[in-house]
Amino acid sequence: MSPFFFWTASALMLVFGAAVIINRNPVASALSLVVSFLGLAALFMSLDAFFLGIIQVLVYAGAVMVLFLFIIMLLDLRAEERRRINFVAFAGGAAVAVIFFGQLYLVIGHLHQAKLPFAPLAPMQVDDVHRIGLLLFGSYNLPFQIIGVLILVATIGVIVLSKRELH
Amino acid sequence: MVTLGDYLFVSGLLFTLGFAGVLLRRNLIIIFMSLELMLNAANLSLVAFSRFRTNSLGQPNYDGQVFVFFIITVAAAEVAVGLAIIVALYRARRTTHVEDINSLKF
Repeated sequence: MSPFFFWTASALMLVFGAAVIINRNPVASALSLVVSFLGLAALFMSLDAFFLGIIQVLVYAGAVMVLFLFIIMLLDLRAEERRRINFVAFAGGAAVAVIFFGQLYLVIGHLHQAKLPFAPLAPMQVDDVHRIGLLLFGSYNLPFQIIGVLILVATIGVIVLSKRELH
Repeated sequence: MVTLGDYLFVSGLLFTLGFAGVLLRRNLIIIFMSLELMLNAANLSLVAFSRFRTNSLGQPNYDGQVFVFFIITVAAAEVAVGLAIIVALYRARRTTHVEDINSLKF
């Protein structure tokens, strides 16, 4: 993985991630989130996780973002009007986030493995979809089935939640 | 040379962006998008760890990638349910602004 590719994809992801929380218009935020996730998918690819990169683009940039945009359009949300900001709360929230990042930075700095480069991979005999599939249906079979039940429950829950009550 | 620390740094920065979004924004939809940012930051560090811990055959540790697969699935289910709750809330209160939602009982 070349450093140029890594830093380009990271910058793309972080700049558009910042745009998500800065934009006042929810539609612009949702579209920034798509670009941010495309950058993240590129980073997955740079870590040789091709399957997850594809899944990221399909599930997030495809399905989840369409759902977000659909809801934004359905609720007909406009750009927020400016409200009076509670400055104490705003400064407090920003300070918590900055302190959190500082602490994370210190921990990463003290981790001596963090300074090591990635070991080279052997040429792949079988592709990673194959390996992940073997793990999913082998050692992780029970969690996989629980996930299936979870999705069923979520589907029924969404239908119940969005059904109009009959009076 | 890109190291594990660089990936963790970028992932931490993305998580902080999502965290700041949840703390600072007042629009429910934007807060929800910030939650997605945090989940994906965690995914990035998991994939980086999976690639870092290669076994003796020179293969990445796929357990981390399976975990990311599960997280993506749960996140998709969470988005569906969360957006349904936001729509139900909007029907009842005509707002998605958290400061307008300040009573427990409608």
